[in-house]
Amino acid sequence: MTSSDTVRPATITARGWGWRHAGRSRPAVSGLDLDIRPGERVLLLGPSGAGKSTLLHALAGVLGDSSAGGADPASGAAADPEDADETGSLLIDGAPPRSRRGRAGLMQQDPETQVVLSRLGDDVAFGAENLSVPPADIWSRVAEALDDVGLGGLPLDHPTSSLSGGQKQRLALAGILAMRPGLVLLDEPTANLDPAGVLEVRDAVGRCLAKTGATLVVVEHRVSVWKDLVDRIVVLQPGSATDSAVLIDGPPDQVLAQARDMLTAAGVWVPGYVPQTRARAGARDAGASGGTAPGTTAGLLLLAAEDLAVSRERPRRAGLRRGFRPIPPEPVQSGITAQVRAGEALTITGPNGSGKSTFALTLAGLLAPVSGKVSATVELSAGAGIDPYRWKAQQLIARIGTVFQEPEHQFVTGRVLDELMFGPRHLGRGEERVDELLERLRLTDLVDANPYTLSGGEKRRLSVATVLAAHPQVLVLDEPTFGQDANTWAELASFLSELLDDGTAVVSVTHDAEFSQVLGGTELSLRAPEHREPQGLEPGREPGKVAAP
Amino acid sequence: MRQELTLRGNHAPLTRANPLAKFAAVMLITMVLALSIDWVSASVALAFELALLPLAGLTLGLLWQRGWPLILAAALGGWSTTILAPDSGAILLDARIWSISEGSLELGLGFMIRGLAIALPAVLLMSCTDPTDLADALAQKAKLPHRFVLGTLAAMRLVGLMAEEWQTIGMARRARGVGSHGNPLQRLRATLGQSFGLLVQAVRRASRLAVTMEARGFGGAHRTWARKSVFSGFDAWVLLGGLLIAGAAVASALAAGTWNMVFLARQ
Repeated sequence: MTSSDTVRPATITARGWGWRHAGRSRPAVSGLDLDIRPGERVLLLGPSGAGKSTLLHALAGVLGDSSAGGADPASGAAADPEDADETGSLLIDGAPPRSRRGRAGLMQQDPETQVVLSRLGDDVAFGAENLSVPPADIWSRVAEALDDVGLGGLPLDHPTSSLSGGQKQRLALAGILAMRPGLVLLDEPTANLDPAGVLEVRDAVGRCLAKTGATLVVVEHRVSVWKDLVDRIVVLQPGSATDSAVLIDGPPDQVLAQARDMLTAAGVWVPGYVPQTRARAGARDAGASGGTAPGTTAGLLLLAAEDLAVSRERPRRAGLRRGFRPIPPEPVQSGITAQVRAGEALTITGPNGSGKSTFALTLAGLLAPVSGKVSATVELSAGAGIDPYRWKAQQLIARIGTVFQEPEHQFVTGRVLDELMFGPRHLGRGEERVDELLERLRLTDLVDANPYTLSGGEKRRLSVATVLAAHPQVLVLDEPTFGQDANTWAELASFLSELLDDGTAVVSVTHDAEFSQVLGGTELSLRAPEHREPQGLEPGREPGKVAAP
Repeated sequence: MRQELTLRGNHAPLTRANPLAKFAAVMLITMVLALSIDWVSASVALAFELALLPLAGLTLGLLWQRGWPLILAAALGGWSTTILAPDSGAILLDARIWSISEGSLELGLGFMIRGLAIALPAVLLMSCTDPTDLADALAQKAKLPHRFVLGTLAAMRLVGLMAEEWQTIGMARRARGVGSHGNPLQRLRATLGQSFGLLVQAVRRASRLAVTMEARGFGGAHRTWARKSVFSGFDAWVLLGGLLIAGAAVASALAAGTWNMVFLARQ
């Protein structure tokens, strides 16, 4: 690979740099002084609101225009708050990042939006095309980049939509590498991935940097993942007029020793640190009555799945010749049997694509089973019928509460308090519980805020509180700890352990072993899907399969 | 839905033609069929189009699967023309204001066949054309602005994603007690709320995708193309095919004496 030596690592220089986003009163970053040498690998840490992502976006040259960029800084007081505002200087190789198209490559958090085109090879080529690389060179760069990230085994016309989250992030890395950037910027690249995906991406980044020698700046909560790959940690603090934006700066071990307490307090996942959580009262013998729960007895069967086959797809209609009969979708997982009992935790684990979330949603009465059945006992159904999928929405929320992975999907009002009151108001009871939930999940100061404007941790706490406001006996959570900082993690785990002791059944889909350990109970491990090509198209969507069932 | 955006597995001959040539052939046929409302030209064109299905890698089953809304619309249009058109010739069925006569049946059938003959080439075109290749041809050969073409292409990928998101948001809202039941007003409100949720997610996704594209150097005045869109000899045949079908339709209608220019009819 001769072309790799053409990469020239980038230098970053910041002098009193600051940025205020359009329409905000306070700057996201201010007074940043930072020098990053060519080929250095830097992990950026800091509490949320410290401006880490803003800095990365600025380096990638995608921050948009500012009013005061070239204007006289002395007249800064008159700057229009509706416009973004830049102070000081931030340079890559001595020039503003915006003028250096292609010098930096940026990877963001959400894998779905890191893919631009629908065929693997085209997507990798996209950046190189934009930089006007001669077409003859592009395909050799594409092949090399795909090899480097470990996707070289797939055909170039492989559909990008059928890749897993970890593969999509590696594809994004390949797209960046094909641009031959001197600076690689990673903005929480593994926050949405399962543990296997996290390592896949981390190792691919490590291999590529070792080969190209490019400068790296990565933002990530989970220090242990990146600690051995970086040679410097920079801790930022939220912008203020007087203090410097850089709080601590140095080699990883030194920074972690020096600032361990400060970092754990800020919710950073420092290696070897498991946050303190409340212990389960009945943890020692699961199944025994853990606490006194009004109306429920711990261990009582509430909900059961028998020989269940699940899929997100709805039955499709056969063609004219087969009389428009419904054809059941091909299940992603089948033969699942499980029981949900009051005051006990059920943890659902398994590799990507094993249908964990799909099973949980079916159990929660949100998806119809493909075959088999979900049945609620009399204790749970209380006259609503045996099949949760047939319950009305209001009957459902008072019995089974489901917390989705993305909190924003569940927001139905424009104000935190209304969001919490929504369930109780519709049910006509339980409004008195809202205050307790606000207090318990530290949302009291946010009652008038718009749910969409909250931070990630606040959104997560709110989404749990809103579902619990309807007082369900069964709580189902889909990856509740994904992307959460250590503080939110600890709060959530403690709160759920308390709920369990009070007699609520908690079903969680999670990859997080420490989390399921706190909750205790039983684990249901789903197998990897069978009979499917590794690069598999979704079954039932492949034209050939419809004609020949 | 997301898989249907690529042509993986379809190796039919027409997939190799340049999208612009296919597009031009389709336009030729459609334009000729829009000129007349007789059934002979439409039937001839339709017969040719059905014969071309294998060339596009389509079967009747697949055609129904992808084009059923268009097929149903054509049938419905034909039916309503049949019962509502002014009667002429022998009356075949009379149910007060709805009546079917030989003349109206002929008109209705003609309408349906015409609808099918116009809709089918579009289904055919989309079945054997990869959107990425179409974008390449539009930007490189038709010289449309590449920022517009590639932006649209990237946005199309999000449409499939949004279809999945719609389902998830629907479930997530049911889990909050917002059900798609109750009176029509409540249902409408539930659907509006779900649409708002989808809109928020669509805007978030779109802005993140825009950042991704910009960070990959998109938006410059000049770019190169890794996939060169080329015309080949085959494209001349595709164009000629379109011309032949259009010509055969007109010639047979003229020969049968049914050619009936829409704009000149019933003056």
